[in-house]
Order: sequence, then C-alpha cells, then structure tokens
Amino acid sequence: MTALLDVSGLSIRYGRVAAVRDLALTIRPGEIVTVIGANGAGKSTLLNGIMGLLPIEGDLRFDSAEIAHWGVERRVESGLCLVPEKRELFGAMSVADNLLLGGFRVEASLRDRTLAEVYGRFPRLAERRMQLAATLSGGERQMLAMGRALMSQPRLLMLDEPSLGLAPRIVADIFTIVRGLRDAGVAILLVEQNARAALNVADRAYVMELGEVILQGPAAELAADPRVAASYLGIQ
Amino acid sequence: MIDPIILLFLLQDGLTNGALYALLGLALVLVFTVTRVIFIPQGEFVAYGALSYALLETGRVPGTIWLLVAMGVAAFAIEAITRGSRMTGREWTTAAVLDLGLPIAIAGLTLAFASKTTPALVNLLLTLAMIAPLGPYLYRIAFQPIADSTILTLFTTAIGVHLAMTGLGLALFGAEGLRAKPLTDASLPVGPIVLTGQNIAVYLATAALIIGLWLFFERSLYGKALRATAINRVGARLVGIRTSLSGGLTFGLAAGIGAISGILIVPMTTIYYDSGFLIGLKGFVAAIIGALASYPATAIAALFVGIAEAFASFYASAFKEIIVFMLIVPVLVWRSLGAVHDDEEE
Repeated sequence: MTALLDVSGLSIRYGRVAAVRDLALTIRPGEIVTVIGANGAGKSTLLNGIMGLLPIEGDLRFDSAEIAHWGVERRVESGLCLVPEKRELFGAMSVADNLLLGGFRVEASLRDRTLAEVYGRFPRLAERRMQLAATLSGGERQMLAMGRALMSQPRLLMLDEPSLGLAPRIVADIFTIVRGLRDAGVAILLVEQNARAALNVADRAYVMELGEVILQGPAAELAADPRVAASYLGIQ
Repeated sequence: MIDPIILLFLLQDGLTNGALYALLGLALVLVFTVTRVIFIPQGEFVAYGALSYALLETGRVPGTIWLLVAMGVAAFAIEAITRGSRMTGREWTTAAVLDLGLPIAIAGLTLAFASKTTPALVNLLLTLAMIAPLGPYLYRIAFQPIADSTILTLFTTAIGVHLAMTGLGLALFGAEGLRAKPLTDASLPVGPIVLTGQNIAVYLATAALIIGLWLFFERSLYGKALRATAINRVGARLVGIRTSLSGGLTFGLAAGIGAISGILIVPMTTIYYDSGFLIGLKGFVAAIIGALASYPATAIAALFVGIAEAFASFYASAFKEIIVFMLIVPVLVWRSLGAVHDDEEE
C-alpha cells in the first residue's frame, strides 16, 4: 500500500539550531505510528512542522501530493489534523461551539453528521455541550481537543502527548479511543513520553534522540529491544 | 439648580453622540481582540463615509471610488507577489473577483447612479459599498504582512495609516467641510423636548447594528470563527480558519461601522477631512474603559462619554475635549491598581 504521509530529508530549524535533522518517516493508511523519545528530542517540533505551523526543509508528501508549501488551512482541508500538546481550545466558548469550529472547513450537512458521531464517541462531551471549554477537567479537555480534531474529518490525526497530565484511568480511556479511531480508518501519528503505553497501542514506532531517528521498526519489536527498554521503559 | 429642560436637552444630545461613539468603540474592541491592532484609523472611515455621502447627495462622484479601485489593485498585486506561486486556481479566482471585480463594479454603479435626484437610501448603500471594502484591502496591504508582530509595531503602523488616510482625505475631499440633509424631516415631541428624525435614526441604527453584531458573533459560523481567532490564534489555525481571512473580515466590519457612523453624523454636524480623528478617539476612550475587551462595558462607557461631552460643552465648552479625555485617567489608575501586569499577551 502506498504511504499516506511520506517524509524524507526533513529538517526544522529554530534560528541556527536544527531541532529536527534529515528525518525520514512514513505512515500508511489505517496504522498507528508512534514517535517516542526524551523531552527535547524534537517530537513536537516534528508534528508542528508536518502541520505547517513551522517552516520546514525537505520533502513532505501527503496522499502523494507535495504539501511542504501549503498553508495550515489547506492541510486541514485535505485531511491532516493536529491535536497539540497544549490542546489550544477556545476556552471562552462552549463545548458545542468548539466542536462546530472543528468542522469549519467541512460542508454544513456533513458537519451535523460528524458532530453526532463525535458525541457518540465521547458521551461526556454531549453531557457538557453547553459548558465553556475552560471549565472542563483535564481529561475532558483532551477529549474535546480530539473531538474538535475529528470534526475536520482527518485521514491522519497527529496527537501530541495526549496522556500528558492525565490520571492513569483516563489515559487508558484515551488510548482505547485512539484504537477505535484506527479501526474506523484514521491513521494516527502519536507522539508520547509515556513510551510503554505508546508502544502498546502502536503498529510501528520511531525512536528520536536529539532531532534524529535512531531506531525504527514494529512497535512490539522495539518494545522488546534492550536499548529501548533501558532508555525509555525504565527496565534494566 | 439646573433647568430641567436644559438637562433633558443635554441628555438627548449626549445620548445621540454616545450611541455613535458606542458603534466606534465596539469596532475598536472587535479589531483589537481579533487582530491585536489598536485601530487609530477608525475615525478616517467615519470622515470618508460622511464626506462621500454628502458629495453623493449633491450629485457629485466622490473620489473614494478611485481610492477603492487603487487599493483593490494594490491588495491583488501584494497577494499575487507574496502568495502567487502557492495559490490554487480557486484562490486566484476569488482574489480577482474580490480585489478587482468588486471595486470596479462599485465604482461603475456609483458613476451610473450619481445624480442630484438619487434617493437617499441608494446614496447610503453606495457609500457603504465604497467604504466597507477599504477595510479588508487596508488589512491586506498594511497589516497582514506584519500580523505576527508585537502590539507596539501594529500600533505604530496604525498611526502611520491614520496619517496617510488623513492626507488622502484632504486630496479626495478638499479642505472644505460638508454637511448633508437629515435622512428624514420627521420629528417626535417627547415631553418638553423634540426628538428629530435624525436622532431617532441614530438610536435605531445603533440598536440594529448592536443586535446584528450580537447575532453574527453568537449564531453564525463566521462570527464564531472570528471569536475563536480572538480567543486562541493557534487553535483557530489548527481548525483551518485563515487568520488573514478573520483579519480582513474584521477590518471590513470596522470600516462598514465607520461608514454608517459617518452617514449618521454628517446631517448633524459639518464634517471635514480630518474630523474623524477626534470622533474616533472618543470611541477609543469608551473602548479603553471597556479594557479593549468587553463589548457591554464599552457600549455603556460610550453613552457616558457622550453625555459627559454634552454637559462639558454646555458648562465649560473651552475644556470640552480635555474633560472627555480626562475620563480615562481614573479608569487607568483603577485598572493599574487591580491588574496583574502583563507585558504582551501569550
């Protein structure tokens, strides 16, 4: 199967410092790929670059189209979507309005149907639909961020640290939902510091260190790799 | 002891002006929250609207239409140069229609309709049509290229735009002041005072615009998108709202509100090419009292500014402007006592 996202020779610089160097990565339709690594390895930078929030050098192909020169809104329209680490919700607006705006680039008729789907996937959001986003708990905020992303009908959903700051039980819920999305045909690019949970849910994985990929392969193999175990899973 | 009739008269005068300041103050809050621009040139749109309308009434063609065409062409050229290589066919078509087709069509309509016998409503719509699009063009030319700069840079640019637009106003309309006929000769006696048709038009237009803006922001997708941009720019980009679209739309609303204010004010007082600045500044005082964030506080403060101005001009006309602008001092002191210091948002 051809790759949905195909990145090669990708570099992203902050001034003279390269936060990502000559990176290659592919994601096929319907698979969960995770990028793990320590704080500062360049994982978030990579996602922001793919989304178009940061200028990049190198090749970036989405569904065979060269998209490096596209603006963020065009990437959203073609099915790329990012749930950032900070969630970036519209705090002073209701849950329902946050979701509605998630479908800003989607046709009105399709938007209503997607909204029903999102409420089905996150019943919690349906209960809180009139509440302001700023008043939600951490887990609910992550659900709203994911729900808002789903409203754009993504083909590739990028999740930046979805488990950050959440209670273990809620993290388990979030990963169950991630699996459900994959089964519904959405490809997932998951960036996580919680390497164990990420490798558990992912099909394939990349390990980043100082802006470069140092290891890659099927998630199960990497989870068994002694180098990964020592550095990222906390096992000697 | 104040004569109650004078009191009522001053209140009426103050509320009429205050209603106009409310419109301008709301536009300033809107522009600031969405684009972080402190929109000093707001007053120029008032003057352009007032003078274009007054000229149309005498059957003359305002030079505004040529400015409109020129700014449309400039906006198109900048779009083509900076983004041309990355634009899709659809984007080219949209840009050509909005930046070239629209101003030429409005100019054509104005040339076709301008005559001494044109009904006031047609003149009003033509004025609105030739002023409102200046907002998005101005945004595209002057502000979009520096949209991510600091508030101070944006503010300095706004002052530059204000100076340029005042100068252009002199070139377009000349140094002489103009005044238009009232929209209606009707009048309504209320107790000892008489509300003129113009007073009533101001109240109705202000109320209608405020309700319209409220509906737009609460109910429509684009209104919500503007609010979203004001609340969280990154979040807005991530859902595919183009911040440049939000900026252009906001500037269009502000320019349109300015034009309507000008049309409403020009039958009540003579407007010169540079009259807009002081009028806009009073809306600005109201917006400052509303902390450039609260729409209701701004609207109420604007009515207060209008009333204070009316009383000041009766009792101490030499100090009228000083008294009005002094109003912000206690507000700033009060806010600085209560507020946590915040250098720049984000």
